[in-house]
Amino acid sequence: MKHTLSVLVENKPGVLTRVAGLFARRGYNIDSLAVGRTENPEISRMTIVVEGDDRVIEQVTKQLHKLIEVIKINDITEDEHVHRELILIKVNADPAHRMEIMQIVNVFRARVVDFGRNSLIIEVTGDEGKINAIENSLHPFGIREVVRTGKVAMVRGPKHKNGKS
Amino acid sequence: MAVAKDLREVCQFGNLMEVGKKMSGADILIKSLECEGVDTIFGYPGGAVLNIYDAIYRCKKIKHILTRHEQGLIHAADGYARSTGKPGVCIATSGPGATNLVTGIATAYMDSVPLVIITGQVAVSYIGKDSFQEADITGITLPITKYSYLVKDVRDLARYVREAFHLATTGRPGPVLIDLPKDVTYAETEFFYPPEIDLPGYKLKPNGIEKEVEKASEMLKEAQRPVIIAGGGVVNSGAHEELLALAEKLQIPVSTTLMGKGSFPENHPLYLGMPGMHGTAYANYAISDCDLLLAVGMRFDDRVTGNVKTFAKDAKVIHIDIDAAEINKNIHVDLSIVSDAKNALEKLLGLVNEKDNRRWLDKIEYWKKEYPLKYCKDSTRIKPQYILEKINEVTAGDAYFVTDTGQHQMWAAQYLKCVRPRSFMTSGGLGTMGYGFPAAMGVQIAHPEAKVVTIVGDGGFQMNSQELATAVHYNLPLTICIFNNGYLGMVRQWQDLFLDKRYSHTEISQPDFVKLAESYGAVGMRVEKPEDVKKTLEKAMETPRPVVIDFLIEQEENVFPMVPAGGSIDKMLGR
Amino acid sequence: MAVTGAEILIKTLEYEGVDTVFGYPGGAVLPIYDALKESSKIKHILVRQEQAAVHAASGYARTTGKVGVCMATSGPGATNLVTGIATAYMDSIPVVIITGQVSTEMVGTDAFQEVDITGITMPISKHNYLVKNVKDLSRIIREAFHIAKTGRPGPVLVDVPKNVSAQLTKYNIPEDVDLRGYKPTYKGHPTQIKNAAELINEAKKPVIFAGGGVINSEAAAELKILVEKTSAPITTTLNALGVFPETHPQSLGMLGLHGTPYANYVVTECDLLVGLGVRFDDRVTGAVEKFAPNAKKIHIDIDPAEIGKNVEVDLPLVGDVKTILEELLPLVEERENREWNARVEKIKKEYPLRYGETLALRPQYVIEKLGELTRDKDVVITTDVGQHQMWTAQYYKFTKPRTMLTSGGLGTMGYGFPAAIGAQLGNRDKLVVAVTGDGSFQMHMAEMGTAVENNLPVKVLLFNNNCLALVRQLQHFYCNKSYSAVDFSGNPDFIRFAECYGAKGIRITKTEETVPKLEEALNNDSLTIIECVVSNEEMVYPMVPNNKGLNEMIHFEEGEDNGR
Repeated sequence: MKHTLSVLVENKPGVLTRVAGLFARRGYNIDSLAVGRTENPEISRMTIVVEGDDRVIEQVTKQLHKLIEVIKINDITEDEHVHRELILIKVNADPAHRMEIMQIVNVFRARVVDFGRNSLIIEVTGDEGKINAIENSLHPFGIREVVRTGKVAMVRGPKHKNGKS
Repeated sequence: MAVAKDLREVCQFGNLMEVGKKMSGADILIKSLECEGVDTIFGYPGGAVLNIYDAIYRCKKIKHILTRHEQGLIHAADGYARSTGKPGVCIATSGPGATNLVTGIATAYMDSVPLVIITGQVAVSYIGKDSFQEADITGITLPITKYSYLVKDVRDLARYVREAFHLATTGRPGPVLIDLPKDVTYAETEFFYPPEIDLPGYKLKPNGIEKEVEKASEMLKEAQRPVIIAGGGVVNSGAHEELLALAEKLQIPVSTTLMGKGSFPENHPLYLGMPGMHGTAYANYAISDCDLLLAVGMRFDDRVTGNVKTFAKDAKVIHIDIDAAEINKNIHVDLSIVSDAKNALEKLLGLVNEKDNRRWLDKIEYWKKEYPLKYCKDSTRIKPQYILEKINEVTAGDAYFVTDTGQHQMWAAQYLKCVRPRSFMTSGGLGTMGYGFPAAMGVQIAHPEAKVVTIVGDGGFQMNSQELATAVHYNLPLTICIFNNGYLGMVRQWQDLFLDKRYSHTEISQPDFVKLAESYGAVGMRVEKPEDVKKTLEKAMETPRPVVIDFLIEQEENVFPMVPAGGSIDKMLGR
Repeated sequence: MAVTGAEILIKTLEYEGVDTVFGYPGGAVLPIYDALKESSKIKHILVRQEQAAVHAASGYARTTGKVGVCMATSGPGATNLVTGIATAYMDSIPVVIITGQVSTEMVGTDAFQEVDITGITMPISKHNYLVKNVKDLSRIIREAFHIAKTGRPGPVLVDVPKNVSAQLTKYNIPEDVDLRGYKPTYKGHPTQIKNAAELINEAKKPVIFAGGGVINSEAAAELKILVEKTSAPITTTLNALGVFPETHPQSLGMLGLHGTPYANYVVTECDLLVGLGVRFDDRVTGAVEKFAPNAKKIHIDIDPAEIGKNVEVDLPLVGDVKTILEELLPLVEERENREWNARVEKIKKEYPLRYGETLALRPQYVIEKLGELTRDKDVVITTDVGQHQMWTAQYYKFTKPRTMLTSGGLGTMGYGFPAAIGAQLGNRDKLVVAVTGDGSFQMHMAEMGTAVENNLPVKVLLFNNNCLALVRQLQHFYCNKSYSAVDFSGNPDFIRFAECYGAKGIRITKTEETVPKLEEALNNDSLTIIECVVSNEEMVYPMVPNNKGLNEMIHFEEGEDNGR
């Protein structure tokens, strides 16, 4: 099963290497990893999606916690949370198919961010289901390139998880 | 009886591999090594490589050399590789066996030496659990290998070995590590050694360098005061003949880096010696004054350039190197040719005409005469430089020279006369103490009939002196010259010159090296007077056994000339 | 007051109470060595190869309970430390390692003697730092000591570029260390402690299982109370030998692959296993699914990541062993438990540790005698890795914590002798014996020079069989007796070897020589190699085969005596 871990770390050079190295060394599988600083510039948040059973996730969490620069880890898989991923898709779009593609774009509330002679770049934000759906819908036209940011997530409600507590 | 039954079960486990056509991972590994033409492996056994050693036991084609510490075996493999041009192969067990290789791997990496390193690993299911003798060796060696593999499926093994040899020996050579979990060495599959290699991320640059070479030939034509610096890349690509032809055709003086030593005959009138921190004064003057610098297979290391701002400041620089990442890394160049040295020099040779640089060469002759390498001769105390001159006399260049790291290394670089490539082995980039003696063993094993002389300091020798047992075991007739001054001499020199002689912890005691040699059944000799130097060397080289010569040298002799770190190379101390 | 980075570094070490540093100088640490020379409080021990510096620092740390400190230059100096760092990491030993680095502007250019040592040691250190600004240096050193010695101890590396140690900064040593992401748990959860007490009080067949964590938390006294109150038998890991007196009737000795037969049987039978400061290593458990199959398991450890890592436990208790025991002990009932103890006694009688009694010199016998001759002395034993290590663990009978130093987790050959040097430097008045084999000793025997230079009367008890005999033993069992690459002809004459360093050499070849020659060696006050010439056919018994349960061990049998 996939778990989403929200990890607060010190915003320092080398922290990402430590986390990535830990996953490689202990043989855990990262599905995606997104990282950026939080409202506090000294702290970054990593959103890590990991594949594994409960025992694996327990080890992942505990081993991560042993890294000195890791401040707080939350497995938010079971929590009420909003999660999003951004994806850019370059799709073949000769003039004959452009309208059809634009319709799909509208349905998914995506945006066209670049026009080429024979291709479009489409930006979509959403959860995994939505992203997979649009990818499937565009597939018949020929997808040339896909770039995904990896998932970011935030727990709903007042629960404040910036590590100060 | 319960005990016997257990024993039988356990023993049968080892025999299963002979059933059917399938082979165990261990046998696949050894077969693959045979396919690569490996004749020698340097190794040390252990629990995780048990099955590999069982396969080695059955293998008749590959000789296994057992050392006394894993660091000894990797340096030996390194010496084997540098002196033959073939990849050195070594093997160690998991955990401490693997970590003991780290310095040797880093040494080979810094000097672009092709090594294939096989380490045992705990079984796949135990990885990541801090199991007994588990170490994350692929993680540890990430910064110091060209590439590494952790083999989790026996079906990938043969292909990985094939790739490892390809990666280690092509392009810019380097060490490649294969981490092999214990269960994979027992797992079975059909053996198939892939003829093709598919590595989409690893493209050797195609030969489209014509335009650059043409440009280079024009720059060479116009140059009034050209200098060539040849580095280890010339040795690696076997471009020494092309280098000689080009230098003679265009009458360009040639300096060789520490790693390039031997790539140009050192008795040649165009030879300038080594550049840089402990280079010859005339090489440093020539580089500082030249208007064109042709750098071949070298990387403008800080030990060569000194202050990069003033390095060859009047010169246009042409840089030929196989590693595109070296271009403009340390100094900005005017023209770059990304190619192996041999290919580039061959093409260049075809485009240039003979030329005469009389005025420039006269100037260099003047510098050579005015500022030669020199030391204070002494009739009672042994000067290290004097020993090296005698080694030249006794060997006439017909030997392999291997040094350790320290003052003696620099004196050897300055005074030994090498005339062939691959005849001088040293740890240039990492500057590893303890390299010399074990590396010399590897050289001797690769060239059983050749004369191998290793020059070491008393500090460096003590780092791997345990390998005397290996030298005795395989009866390697090495001549081990210890330049014994009772100090970590190079560090002491810095304390002498830059820290007001505050010798902090650089004095080091040592055993009686003669008795030490004898306790192993090797031959020990001590030289205390200059007049005995040559005699002893001659006697040692006639002895068909390992010989340790303890030269009691002038204790506080310094290496000169010397460019202080970060200084301009034309501003030398003790010139 | 302005000082250089090197000076503030040395001052901070002094502030941390460091009195001994093991190291090897070089170009990148020139400024540090220059400052070190001025220190009157810190003694520097020059080793012969950097690997020995970490091992010696580890020996110093393990015997004194303080943080061990070592130092090396950049490049090869730093990489030579790697095995030692990994060794300390696996055994949770507090060591602070200071490495030189090329100047910051050269980092990343493959400069002379440059190596990415923080990258290399990431998997094998508790934490590491590359100091980029001299203003941070003092704080980082303090943090390094804090991290090394608190929580689960471990090695911490600080990489100091040459220009940083030469730069000037304000003299300022921060008093407090505060690390947002590092707050180890010491106190156990009260409810869990209560639950643990209940399990212990209810158990019919309890066994206590102590590991290195008990030594690290200085909880030997509390452990003894627990054992005596519950009347439970106690077994230990290799790293915990001595934490409970093995001469005590309740002691079962060591557990695991080469543990005592009775420890292995008793653990297999028990209904409650109380693990204290252990990590259920694969060498201890054998096949995990067959490990203590009938037992509920309590696991007390300071490192939460160890809980449930290898073995599933019924009651986890995260915290410091000593702190937890202090709260647990009042809740534990005092009792006799005659039935279980009678059963344990029976197993002990039926399956004792045994070895052959032919005329040849038996290593097990020598170690028993060493135990008898030194039992009443203030003694530290270090071992290397191999058969002699297991025999020492089985036959010496340790009685005090911090008297047995060995590389348990990484199994590093070459550890013993340098560790003994460190132990002797930290304990000048104690008798320090390094038990070793010819393979292991050769890895670092150049450290004889270090021992001589510092007048250290270490005793090296060397079992010489001209063979890597533990590997040979594995080949005997698992490879149809094809003995591949284990033969060590070419070994030196160890007596003459000792003499070329000005040390003493004593050789034992016969059983009857053992006691007088051991006495001779132990009672002199110089560095001595005692070489015992033994057979390479000797085997370590019992032995749990791969993937078998502890109770499925192979026993010693008369007649198979030498394992032929």
